[in-house]
Amino acid sequence: MTIQQTDMATYNFAYLDEQTKRMIRRAILKAIAIPGYQVPFASREMPMPYGWGTGGVQVTASILGPDDVLKVIDQGADDTTNAVSIRAFFQRVANVAVTTHTKDATVIQTRHRIPEETLGKGQVLVYQVPIPEPLRYLEPRETETRKMHALEEYGLMHVKLYEDIARNGHIATTYAYPVKVEGRYVMDPSPTPKFDNPKMHMSEALQLFGAGREKRIYALPPHTEVVSLDFEDHPFEVQKFDQPCALCGAEGVYLDEVILDDKGGRMFVCSDTDHCEKRREEGHRGPLAAEAPEMQS
Amino acid sequence: MYVAVKGGEKAINNAHRLLADRRRGDRSVPAVSLEQIVEQLALGVDRIMSEASLYDRELAALAMKQARGDMIEAIFLLRAYRTTLPRFGYSEPIDTSEMRIERRISATYKDLPGGQLLGPTFDYTHRLLDPDLMTDGEVDEGIAAEAETGRTPRVSEILANEGLIESDGELPDDHRTGDLTREPMEFPMERDIRLQALARGDEGFLLALGYSTQRGYARTHPFTGEIRIGEVEVLLEVPELGFAVSLGEIQVTECQMVTQFKGSAKSPPQFTRGYGLVFGQSERKAMAMSLVDRALRAEELGEDIVAPAQDEEFVISHSDNVQATGFVEHLKLPHYVDFQAELDLVRRMRAEYEENQKKQEGNGGDTLEAAE
Amino acid sequence: MSDQPLLRVNAVTKYYGGRIGCEDVTVSLWPGEVLAVVGESGSGKTTLLNCISTRLPPTSGTVEYRMRDGQMRDLYRMGEAERRLLMRTDWGFVHQNPADGLRMTVSAGANVGERLMAVGDRHYGKIRAAAGDWLGRVEIDVDRIDDQPRDFSGGMRQRLQIARNLVTGPRLVFMDEPTGGLDVSVQARLLDLVRSLVADLGLSAIVVTHDLAVARLLSHRMLVMKDGHVIEHGLTDRVLDDPQEPYTQLLVSSILQV
Repeated sequence: MTIQQTDMATYNFAYLDEQTKRMIRRAILKAIAIPGYQVPFASREMPMPYGWGTGGVQVTASILGPDDVLKVIDQGADDTTNAVSIRAFFQRVANVAVTTHTKDATVIQTRHRIPEETLGKGQVLVYQVPIPEPLRYLEPRETETRKMHALEEYGLMHVKLYEDIARNGHIATTYAYPVKVEGRYVMDPSPTPKFDNPKMHMSEALQLFGAGREKRIYALPPHTEVVSLDFEDHPFEVQKFDQPCALCGAEGVYLDEVILDDKGGRMFVCSDTDHCEKRREEGHRGPLAAEAPEMQS
Repeated sequence: MYVAVKGGEKAINNAHRLLADRRRGDRSVPAVSLEQIVEQLALGVDRIMSEASLYDRELAALAMKQARGDMIEAIFLLRAYRTTLPRFGYSEPIDTSEMRIERRISATYKDLPGGQLLGPTFDYTHRLLDPDLMTDGEVDEGIAAEAETGRTPRVSEILANEGLIESDGELPDDHRTGDLTREPMEFPMERDIRLQALARGDEGFLLALGYSTQRGYARTHPFTGEIRIGEVEVLLEVPELGFAVSLGEIQVTECQMVTQFKGSAKSPPQFTRGYGLVFGQSERKAMAMSLVDRALRAEELGEDIVAPAQDEEFVISHSDNVQATGFVEHLKLPHYVDFQAELDLVRRMRAEYEENQKKQEGNGGDTLEAAE
Repeated sequence: MSDQPLLRVNAVTKYYGGRIGCEDVTVSLWPGEVLAVVGESGSGKTTLLNCISTRLPPTSGTVEYRMRDGQMRDLYRMGEAERRLLMRTDWGFVHQNPADGLRMTVSAGANVGERLMAVGDRHYGKIRAAAGDWLGRVEIDVDRIDDQPRDFSGGMRQRLQIARNLVTGPRLVFMDEPTGGLDVSVQARLLDLVRSLVADLGLSAIVVTHDLAVARLLSHRMLVMKDGHVIEHGLTDRVLDDPQEPYTQLLVSSILQV
């Protein structure tokens, strides 16, 4: 029998061996040096499936140190199953402190949302990315898209936006909305709603993007210019909700729609659970706060 | 009130416990042992080893048991384990011409040196469910043919002696063999990396692609030059000793397809090849692999690329079943934030449409407003 | 206008293994000039066009182009990025089969607007207006601006391809059998259009064709090719009215008088 019945403690800190971490850190450094450029890396098989955050996990595992404080969110919430699972993984293999509070975290791994609270210097936001290539659905061939990025040939991207307007009257992209980084590379911000795009611009935090299955890492160093693609006469707009959070009354934040009954009853609540909790602790109340049953944290 | 997939740790733990319970099943039924899996479900074990790129029958059996028989789940488990193993070095290339052969057939010759050896094959069985297997009855010992020792020449060598078949393929002298599991995948690929991807590619996917080449989606005119199954030695060069040491034997299946000749009146034609190599006894996979290998050489051999099996980027990007299942199954994860964004847009567009309709009815209805 | 040629082709030669594609072709092109390259299939005219337009690196010889700043540049010494930018802005390439030069599943407006967007135009209304303007100039009904070329006739597709190429105001246009495969009446209309556009915009053009009537109508000068070599060249009218070489005489005399 070549396998011992050991527990996870015999794995290296944060699971990955040091050689692998070094390889990934080199890729990260290269990505930071060329903001928005997708750096290929030798993604490892991880104990969770491809498509479930292996890229983000590998990036986090490579930068995590014993003094870090880790927050993991999915859809903006700390307690969705995948976020719970990833947080538990790091607790076991890194014995690192974890938190649900955005401002206390040094590393935040996220799927599909950027926290509402502005991130500060010294914080790192690690995004889970399914398809890193913004041109992928316009041009399936990697050999072609690589050339397009190298030669800054992004006409095809704008053709798509033009067609959207000609056909629908609107740009039809509502998430994974492409951005131009430092006036050079077109980048996919991961499937965050376009609502979150402005948060990437000139952030004080370091933003890292990991795509495990597609084997790419890219980055936005702090204070990077990130501009959403648009037309002058059809400027980029974030979506607006016509009501505040039903629980904490917050406005100008992204809301989740929750179906209450089968007669069309619905309520809108903060997607960012930490933000909502904090506001309620501070005494803010939304219109349905009294009626809504106790939310599980 | 249901709010998203708010399972929390408790729900996940309960799910794991239920899974373990179901995996074990009825406690009055004896638990299946790893020895039983290794011995009696050997072909499943072989597939798991091949597609996980790890040769260890016991571990593959453990993976199969833990995965409750789900092959791709088992392959995933074994691959994840493989990632954590330290590497001592790379072996010498295995020499299949020195194989201790258990099965060896060729469709291109009626008889040939070394003979045709059927081995333990399903090939000529009648697919009738056998009620005898419902009980643990006596099974006769197999009748072993004289063990083939020493070198059995390959069919491709027989053809090569007459200059009829292309050589084994050449890479430049300074070429370092790549490792698909250690380097980022980039296109176009060298053949060594491509073959690695095919060796660990999904059997079903490659089978379908190979099949397609037989039905007109590209055409390679394949003949099975040889399939051989048996044990080969694994040799590791040890720097301190200065010579190679045998680590033991592994069982492999090798398939050489003799395919469409290349050449014309001006340059003498030769048959070309497709190659398949997998762990254990996995004939179907080795054959499919060789068909797809040949199809993917279309560009190298100056053939028109007209079919999916010839499209390297398409085939290799989608041949890894662990990646494929990860991404397909990730659709189960919550996507409600993005869906909310789509809902918003669709509702807005519908509202605009209603407004336009109302406006038109107000105008008498027959001015066509082109979409802005 | 400068007295430097716009394009200088010097001893361009292309071999395919042992076979000659084209050999030792030297010719210059001036601003506002249209050069026809005529010959039958296999004459090497398409090979020559591809070598000149940087789609096919020649085996030997140089191709120099005068950039907008007046500098003569060796095209094959240029970086790929610069070359591709040139192809998108200063040059046009009209393919024989319009489907090769268009995005068939994208609207006519987007097809024409693409190059403008590729060089940085960011105003949807203006891009659309420019596209509409060009559709008008190539005699395509503006109402079809949102239709896909899939739904256009052959002649319309070809006119769309021309609009797509001319929208960035190129100085040099390459055309490979621009009227090939079109009905005779459609051809005539297309040739009229090309001729007036070339004159109005002061374009230079190199037109490859096997059809001497096309050469007659469009070009000022002409190269006649056979088996990869230029066997005769000169002013179009002179070559067609007074062909010197026996092969040219044969070509000219073979034109069907209708």
